[in-house]
Amino acid sequence: MERRTLFAGWLLPAVLVAPQLAITVLFFLLPAWRAFGESVRATDAFGLNTSFVGLANFTELFQSSTYQAALVRTFVFCIAVTCLAMGFGLLLASFANRAIRGARVYRILLIWPYAIAPAIASVIFVFLLQPQIGLLTNLFGRFGLDFNYATHADQAFLLVIVIAAWKQVSYNFIFYLAGLQSVPRSVIEAATLDGARGFYRFRTMIFPLLAPTTFFLIIVNIVYAAFDTFALIFALTAGGPGTATETLVVKVYRDGILNLDIGGSAAQSIILMLIIIALTTIQFRYTGKRAG
Amino acid sequence: MATLELQSLQKTFGATTVLHGIDLALADGEMLVIVGASGCGKSTLLRLVAGLESPSAGRILLDGADITDRDPSRRDIAMVFQNYALYPHMSVFDNMGYGLKLKGLDRATIKSKIEIAAETLGLTPLLARKPRELSGGQRQRVAMGRAIVREPKLFLFDEPLSNLDAKLRVQVRADIRKLQKRLNITSLYVTHDQVEAMTLADRLIVMHQGRAAQIATPIEVFDRPATMYVASFIGEPAMNFCPATITRNGRAAKLDAGPELTFTDGPRTAPDGTAITLGIRAQHATIASGPNSIPLAVEFAEPLGSETLLHGTLPDTTPFILRVTSPAPIDHIIPIEIPPHHIHVFDPTTGTRMDPA
Repeated sequence: MERRTLFAGWLLPAVLVAPQLAITVLFFLLPAWRAFGESVRATDAFGLNTSFVGLANFTELFQSSTYQAALVRTFVFCIAVTCLAMGFGLLLASFANRAIRGARVYRILLIWPYAIAPAIASVIFVFLLQPQIGLLTNLFGRFGLDFNYATHADQAFLLVIVIAAWKQVSYNFIFYLAGLQSVPRSVIEAATLDGARGFYRFRTMIFPLLAPTTFFLIIVNIVYAAFDTFALIFALTAGGPGTATETLVVKVYRDGILNLDIGGSAAQSIILMLIIIALTTIQFRYTGKRAG
Repeated sequence: MATLELQSLQKTFGATTVLHGIDLALADGEMLVIVGASGCGKSTLLRLVAGLESPSAGRILLDGADITDRDPSRRDIAMVFQNYALYPHMSVFDNMGYGLKLKGLDRATIKSKIEIAAETLGLTPLLARKPRELSGGQRQRVAMGRAIVREPKLFLFDEPLSNLDAKLRVQVRADIRKLQKRLNITSLYVTHDQVEAMTLADRLIVMHQGRAAQIATPIEVFDRPATMYVASFIGEPAMNFCPATITRNGRAAKLDAGPELTFTDGPRTAPDGTAITLGIRAQHATIASGPNSIPLAVEFAEPLGSETLLHGTLPDTTPFILRVTSPAPIDHIIPIEIPPHHIHVFDPTTGTRMDPA
């Protein structure tokens, strides 16, 4: 049963929703409207002249090889982060689901990384991997591995993938653990008595029953990897070396704020916004249908 | 099909002992029903045999082979769960085929085996459906089908009827018995329902607080209950217990409520004056005025249609239930007689049956 509270008059309800509305208007609707406005204009580097250019910013983007490269890079980045974060989340959740001793401590420790601010997460990894003085860099060096994410494009890309995944593992862990705990124990026992063991049992019995969780997490992880990793990447590599770790969100910032191509940057944000809306719609449709 | 033997099987969870050492032997094709109140350890016993829990001590022998430490997936035992535990993402066909596929059978064999089992259980039109598209009774049959199609050595039933409505339960109960007889499957069946236990079992094991209170045929359990617990648990309504003492050199019992009853099956060895408890079933006492009759103060009556249960107390305030078939004369005081050949003698301190020497 849905419980509704009825208010007499309009003043109190208006006051109650005002803060949320103010935040939405101030930090979402107005910037989005501005971005839309900028995306159809071109401004010179000094901000002195602005002219209406129609969809020129968009057509220019799709012809730009650097934009296409960033698109592909973001795609690879999203897939890699999603696979890694979900794979490890599921693995750890399976262990936690089985653990009897110390299960609580184990769970709390696993959830911790999620509570760390993205920039702080990057700083932690800088301590470990800083090219000259990083602890792990030093260790790698002893094994003859030249680790320097500031100069090696591949290493930098790999590193941001790992950190982004590391931060998201906690989230996936929580959802997978909840999913695993809702798999009826008797179903697993029945499968065991039918002769199923180990990975076969997991693949044919547990994993299919986790499908709704998996679908939900895929969307959430893609959105996270594509849009929520800006702070993390920016604090670590700022998109470099070169454009090695420049995902679409980083490119929006670099093009707009650093290179002062406001129009092009705004056009990119509009595209990102459309992607987000599409993904969210898919998820809402799916989860809404299941709930109904 | 196979024999099953349990040798002083024990189970403790931390400081709590759930099973105190169960010894049991099932003959090939025998249906043994484990019955008891909740918490008596009956489900634990079943799970130990299945291998879903491991025993703290004791051995389990299936067909003579020690399977105590064998992985549950390698025991060749099928189990029907209380909630059926069907695989929700698989069709009825795949539910039944899962175990066969794991046995390494080829596609054609699997298909023919499933079709035969489905035919037996009337599941043929349902093979393509998912469990959520089935009714409770249909799910129950799929669970049965999944178990029989594998032709396991042993069948375990964990309260398989408790989720069905009363009418369906009677029918499925009969179906299970027929199927078990026909396929000659050695079976362990757990239930808390004494009617189910009595009707299904070749032999019963009545469990009480982690111990086997009695292992015997249903008739023997009913006619010669080994303990007061068994006597009160099996039979509806529960057996009446009246305090009494031994008299006449062990040849008779003097009821606290009045009359003296001479044992018809021989004298007891206990000395005169020993406190005993006499058990008498509600249907065995009769309404009669005579030298040995006891006045029963009736408090209320439960009409059940073909019979009526009269609840009342004897003169020594012992509660007593009398079953009468005719429309009962609902007076406040009814004279009743207890036929001596229907009494059960128990030791009130240990609760065990006292038989003549």
